[in-house]
Amino acid sequence: MTSGAPAKRVDTARALWDAGLTALLAFGLFLPLVGFETVTDVRNDLILVTRWPLLFAIVAIAGLGRLAYSLAIEPWLQQRAIRPSAEPAPWRRYIASWIIPFALGFVILYPAIVIATAGFGRAVKWIDNFGIQVLIYVMLGWGLNIVVGLAGLLDLGYVAFYAVGAYSYALLAKTFGFSFWILLPLAGILASFWGILLGFPVLRLRGDYLAIVTLAFGEIIRIVLINWVDLTNGYAGITGIPRPTFFGIPFNAEEGGFAAVFGLEFSPIYRTIFLYYLILALALLTAFVTVRLRRLPVGRAWEALREDEIACRSLGINTTNTKLTAFAMGAMFAGFAGSFFAARQGFISPDSFTFLESATILSIVVLGGMGSQIGVAIAAIVMIGGTEIMRELDFLKLLFGSTFDPTQYRMLLFGFAMVLIMIWRPRGLIATRDPSVVLKERKAIGKDLVKEGRG
Amino acid sequence: MEVFLQQLINGITLGSIYGLIAIGYTMVFGIIGMVNFAHGDVFMVSVFIALVAFLLLSSVLGVTSIVLALFLILIVAMLFTSLVNWTIERLAYRPLRGSFRLAPLISAIGMSIFLSNFVQVTQGPRNKSIPPMVQGEFVLFTQNDYPVTLSLKQLIIWLVTAILLVCFWYLVTKTRLGRAQRACEQDQKMAALVGVDVDRTISMTFVIAAALAAVAGTMYLMYYGVVSFADGFVPGVKAFTAAVLGGIGSLPGAVIGGILIGLIETMWSAYFSIDYKDVAAFSVLAITLIFLPQGLFGRPDVEKV
Repeated sequence: MTSGAPAKRVDTARALWDAGLTALLAFGLFLPLVGFETVTDVRNDLILVTRWPLLFAIVAIAGLGRLAYSLAIEPWLQQRAIRPSAEPAPWRRYIASWIIPFALGFVILYPAIVIATAGFGRAVKWIDNFGIQVLIYVMLGWGLNIVVGLAGLLDLGYVAFYAVGAYSYALLAKTFGFSFWILLPLAGILASFWGILLGFPVLRLRGDYLAIVTLAFGEIIRIVLINWVDLTNGYAGITGIPRPTFFGIPFNAEEGGFAAVFGLEFSPIYRTIFLYYLILALALLTAFVTVRLRRLPVGRAWEALREDEIACRSLGINTTNTKLTAFAMGAMFAGFAGSFFAARQGFISPDSFTFLESATILSIVVLGGMGSQIGVAIAAIVMIGGTEIMRELDFLKLLFGSTFDPTQYRMLLFGFAMVLIMIWRPRGLIATRDPSVVLKERKAIGKDLVKEGRG
Repeated sequence: MEVFLQQLINGITLGSIYGLIAIGYTMVFGIIGMVNFAHGDVFMVSVFIALVAFLLLSSVLGVTSIVLALFLILIVAMLFTSLVNWTIERLAYRPLRGSFRLAPLISAIGMSIFLSNFVQVTQGPRNKSIPPMVQGEFVLFTQNDYPVTLSLKQLIIWLVTAILLVCFWYLVTKTRLGRAQRACEQDQKMAALVGVDVDRTISMTFVIAAALAAVAGTMYLMYYGVVSFADGFVPGVKAFTAAVLGGIGSLPGAVIGGILIGLIETMWSAYFSIDYKDVAAFSVLAITLIFLPQGLFGRPDVEKV
């Protein structure tokens, strides 16, 4: 070898010992819950059923995996580490400069691409379950990015504002019959009002404490939604929420409907496509406003607050107002997304606004790299798109038998992926940051300099 | 008065369970400064392990003595839950130590989602209920035709909690491991310099936290006799509230905080509205953090430039 450092010899005995230990550990871990299944029998008693083959399969996989790791993967990783890391290839920079226009073009043409590839009938599912779903989370991620990524305030109750937006739209539209276009800004205003209201008491808190209190507020709002049956109809939720219209023209099969007015054959796909572009526009609005705000004094104050709160205060920045504007802006976009969600579903219930949603949105922001808008979008596509695709993997049934249901494993893999991505890239997918103000030339801020804020 | 006394008994029982879980939060926070979000789900896993152990003992091995059965279930649950938490720390938290501050929190949230869904996939989504393990109660006194009772299982919970807390207190204050833990809590680098194995101490902290959660889990199973995969979140948040109320990092604070939260919850359910009992617990959390961030027994957090 030219590098001089002798490659470590692969120690087979030690590898076997490690593999044995791993298998033993896996046996201990999975024995109670995989080895035994608690099932209710015909007499409604709980009995135990053993699953030895499954348990031993898992133990064998764990042991063999560890063996493969120490015999093959570890030496390979060490080899790679010895080699000096090359300068980033120029093609990477080239791709980076083209990625945004390309991605924009793709999302704008997405419905057309889907219709062309999947056909008119099946396209609804792909645009709705995949496109709209991912875009809602992209928008929520960008909204929360203002609070967490820019202002550095850790918010675990973001879903509360999403719920406020959704319930504002649902209740006002059903009770007073206002249209979607009036209620969309109104829902945003109401949500940001709640953002300020909940932001006030927590101004002094930082870090994990702030996270837990916002979590508590989120849960309180959900419990109130469940128990205030007169207003919200409790667990049963609100049904029959008016759907958005095409600037006054409803999407239905009747005389004045969208299809009839434009001389088209009636199909539910028009509404889906309209909703897709609506959420795309809302998401892009969020991104655009964030980009512009970063150049305004308030945006710079947010980022300064994230970097160092004490320095901020000594420079005369009003930290109270700065934090409250961040909460209010973030909540406003959640309110927009919430009213869109209610209009798209036509049905909402407290089940859609659990802590899991907040955790999902926060993890999208952190996995993407806090503060990085492209990172957040990529993380939303990977995490939400990935779990949505799990619904479609019917071919796995051929592999594991017909009782195998891939959708069951969706959230299991989601949690696992969160842990893995954090270990792989603790600072998120895109760890470098673009400066919002530059003197002469634009340089990316390396990940070693990126701070996270303590708020 | 009689209703109040009865609720006092119920509240202390519930509070003992919260207190045992809260110790896990407070210890982990004290030593590595992270909110172990998955701890509530570790508790839920321990209830399932206790459930499997109970079914194994009662139906397969035919153990009839309830004292022996409870003791064995406790040991089995503590052992396997410790193993689970040890592995979690090794795989999900240790690689992130000293890294980006939010990374362990997100990793813990991921672990929490993973654990509850793992149990859902392996054990099914339905509620699991078992026949009551322990029956019998003592009527303390009767006033206005309202008997104030202390059931046998409540008594067992009090006794087990008290015994475990004494053992735990001994472990932390008198043993070598406890000294190492307190040293790591104050200054990890310094502790490492004077020869404390920091990694091992942190691992042991997770093991102890899990063992206490498993005690809480076994007591929970005995008390309620029903569990589902989603039962980790709410007790977890309430136990965390207890830890914060008592002052995070303070061990006696966690126990007292747990009992206070248990009392607040039962009193609220008895006198106001049972629907909003979780709101009461969460409001206590918010109010404590806003007005008394260091908790009842915690040290104030000094901010340095």
